[in-house]
Amino acid sequence: MTSEKALGIESGGVVAAHAHEEPHASNRTYVVIALVLGVLTALEVMVFYVEALAPVLVPILILLSGTKFALVVAFYMHLKFDGNVLRGLFLGPLFIAVAIIVALIALYGYLL
Amino acid sequence: MATIEAAVPDQGRGASTYAGGVWSWITTVDHKRIGILYFVSGLVFFLVGGVEAMLMRLQLAAPGNTLLDPATYNQLFTMHGLTMILLAVMPIGAGFFNYLVPLQIGARDVAFPRLNALSYWLFLFGALLLNSSFLFGGAPQAGWFAYANLTSSQYSPGHGMDFYILGLALAGTGSIVAALNFIVTILNLRAPGLSLMRVPLFTWMTLVVSFQIILAFPPFTIAIVFLLFDRMFGTLFFEPLGGGDPILWQHLFWIFGHPEVYIVVLPAFGIISEVIPTFSRKPLFGYPVVVYSGVLIGFLGFGVWAHHMFSVGLGPLANSVFAGLTMLIAIPTGVKIFHWIATMWGGAIRFRTAMLFAVGLIVMFTIGGLTGVMHASPPADLQQTDTYFVVAHLHYVLFGGTMLGLFSGMYYWFPKVTGRFLDERLGKAHFWLTFIGINLTFFPMHFAGLHGMPRRTYTYPAGLGFEGYNLTSTVGAGITLLAVLVFLYNLVRSLRSGERAGASPWGGATLEWSTSSPPPVHNFDWTPQVRSRDPLWHDGVELPAAEEEIHMPNPSYWPVVVAAGALTLAAGALIGLPVVLLGVAVMVGGIYGWAFEPIHG
Amino acid sequence: MERTNTGVPNEKMLMWAFIGSECMLFASLIATYLTYRGRSLVGPYPEDLLNIPFITVTTFVLLMSSLTMVLALSAVQRGDARGSRVFLLLTAVLGIIFVGGQAIEFSHFAGEGLGLSRNLFSSTFFLTTGFHGAHVTVGVIWLLSLWVLTMRGRLGPESSVKVEVAGLYWHFVDVVWIVLFTVIYLMSGS
Repeated sequence: MTSEKALGIESGGVVAAHAHEEPHASNRTYVVIALVLGVLTALEVMVFYVEALAPVLVPILILLSGTKFALVVAFYMHLKFDGNVLRGLFLGPLFIAVAIIVALIALYGYLL
Repeated sequence: MATIEAAVPDQGRGASTYAGGVWSWITTVDHKRIGILYFVSGLVFFLVGGVEAMLMRLQLAAPGNTLLDPATYNQLFTMHGLTMILLAVMPIGAGFFNYLVPLQIGARDVAFPRLNALSYWLFLFGALLLNSSFLFGGAPQAGWFAYANLTSSQYSPGHGMDFYILGLALAGTGSIVAALNFIVTILNLRAPGLSLMRVPLFTWMTLVVSFQIILAFPPFTIAIVFLLFDRMFGTLFFEPLGGGDPILWQHLFWIFGHPEVYIVVLPAFGIISEVIPTFSRKPLFGYPVVVYSGVLIGFLGFGVWAHHMFSVGLGPLANSVFAGLTMLIAIPTGVKIFHWIATMWGGAIRFRTAMLFAVGLIVMFTIGGLTGVMHASPPADLQQTDTYFVVAHLHYVLFGGTMLGLFSGMYYWFPKVTGRFLDERLGKAHFWLTFIGINLTFFPMHFAGLHGMPRRTYTYPAGLGFEGYNLTSTVGAGITLLAVLVFLYNLVRSLRSGERAGASPWGGATLEWSTSSPPPVHNFDWTPQVRSRDPLWHDGVELPAAEEEIHMPNPSYWPVVVAAGALTLAAGALIGLPVVLLGVAVMVGGIYGWAFEPIHG
Repeated sequence: MERTNTGVPNEKMLMWAFIGSECMLFASLIATYLTYRGRSLVGPYPEDLLNIPFITVTTFVLLMSSLTMVLALSAVQRGDARGSRVFLLLTAVLGIIFVGGQAIEFSHFAGEGLGLSRNLFSSTFFLTTGFHGAHVTVGVIWLLSLWVLTMRGRLGPESSVKVEVAGLYWHFVDVVWIVLFTVIYLMSGS
């Protein structure tokens, strides 16, 4: 059954414990991330009050809050350091969830 | 190919020592016993749903019949749909998941045995709460999909809809908990060497269905919470006078409801993907493609919900997108059908009862699938919506597809569960009566529907040409009922005096056939080492030399305590705040008791 | 640790699968909030009531609780008993401040005439933020239970997965708020 390896499906063998014990980020990194999160939040609120930016408010906010979302998930939830299984368990459902939000607001005429 | 006897290791010699008595069943955390509990409960609700169907068929046997009044008829079709889909077919499927998945992957139990017990009790209490509505002022009457604003306090006075909300919230939570458990079990507890691309198809479909459950039930939960708040606290989610949109309910419901169709049918596909290879004595044709098409069906199932809503008028663009995606699903489904046929092609086929049901599924599901593709076209669907044509379609899929598959699985694994065969002669009678019965019942509904007979209407006037179709359907329903009675007689008789079966009565390829029938409490004396996709056919199991220490989890009463707390909480919503608080207290106490309970003795 | 095929502990995988399921729960709430935006027939409307400076402060508090949560996990993994106690308690306290802020906000809105059944804004706002607040409350109770364990010296590095799983839940609740803060408060004017 050589094709199984070619299909790229993980082996059924027991993965040694060290595969899981990859180094997580250091405390110093966590503090830096917190500072970045704080700055991004401040930026979001500033953007909200700048009237000149009103036409592009939504894209800017999506970008800023998306970055915050990604930072927390990647570093605080360790997804950057964990294996593909957990990444798939989160990103798959997240994709369907976002698709359903987009589909519903499109069906209600907010996009087109 | 090695002979089967040589390939089957001598597993399961350890004594099967279950404690006896009712208390041991209430506190059990053993996946096999929980599987049996699911199966028996599901079968009881299958009979309840069957009686509801029979009453409706008797009412419709003649035009202008007065056996049932309209309100009773509305309760019956609502409860028939809910019972069959959520309380009969899903639990019977869950019974198979529970019993078989750990055995098929060479594990001693699921990843979280006590959570598994909790799932069962939540399902059972939710099901009983929903059905208790018959005793407290009447069952819900708004159909299983409960379209807003038929369900508002104005149009559904009384507590029927409240029972719907609370009962399904409990049962739905149970389903999510069970599905989470099976995802972890299948991804994490496989025997050494059993890579995902060697996992039996039934276990694969369990994995796909589990993902669908955890993603489809939350939108439904949110929808019924909105409805609960609309009814109890006057929020405006589905209230047009306050600006709310009843169509939003339809979206949220079908975002759950369409994946639910696959949640119900994929386990049956998994079952016959095990049965057909065994009784054709050939490995499943194109295993990876069958796996991937199952995954694809599961994924696409989330993108087609609005095909239930073509008559709403979502606009040509939305209708076209959903029509296209819906037609796309026919491709992986067709792929599966051709792979089952290709598996049988050139095989040494033995038509035992399990195989008859499996082939029956292929034939019947194909018919249901074809009418499904017809509905996928919006112009055709507009003619068919809310007619008996849709009823015909969905029963070909659900009875002709799912139920036949579940029956196939019952005949196939009954020897594993009980150590005895189901009687073949009665089994064949059961199959042919079912096959004739359901075709007589559901085939004429196509014509009644195309001639314009509406669903969910308690009677019809004479002279519209519906009489013959309806009488035929009622006769067919009677034959189907007879078939079920034959099956029940077979079950009872074979349990007592069926022919004894050994570890591998059919010569199956998968790991569950390598341990004794019934399996011991700990399933396997040794953890099997798997080396191929059909381990018992292709020199695939190796036994380690050393004996293992075996730790099985202790029985626990905390799952049933937590579930009872949840039931009290739900019932409290109808009774009063003190009962709600009591329920919360019991639940919280139960969770802490659970957290600090030593798992192994 | 038990052997698993993937090398991921069962509890951790269970939590991630649960988080996947929760994505759909909050997606349904957010989708409903967005489809009903601007459809209220009577006031008060969002722009009359939402207090951006106030909610920015509580948002910041919740963000910082994610920092204290990772520091708590890191302390537990290192076997630093004092750090574990301090950071677990601090995380719970920050969570309580956030929920307290929500309670103040809710009662202020009610005082301004925005009862639960007032209009579509009140229905969607209270249920969406209420669901989130209930999640934070559960998280606070969970963290306090873990804190009691550390006080009794029963939460060493060998059981750090318990804290890791609680942390995953806590961070997820935080990222949901990152989305809700943007969608409900900052996009309210557009």
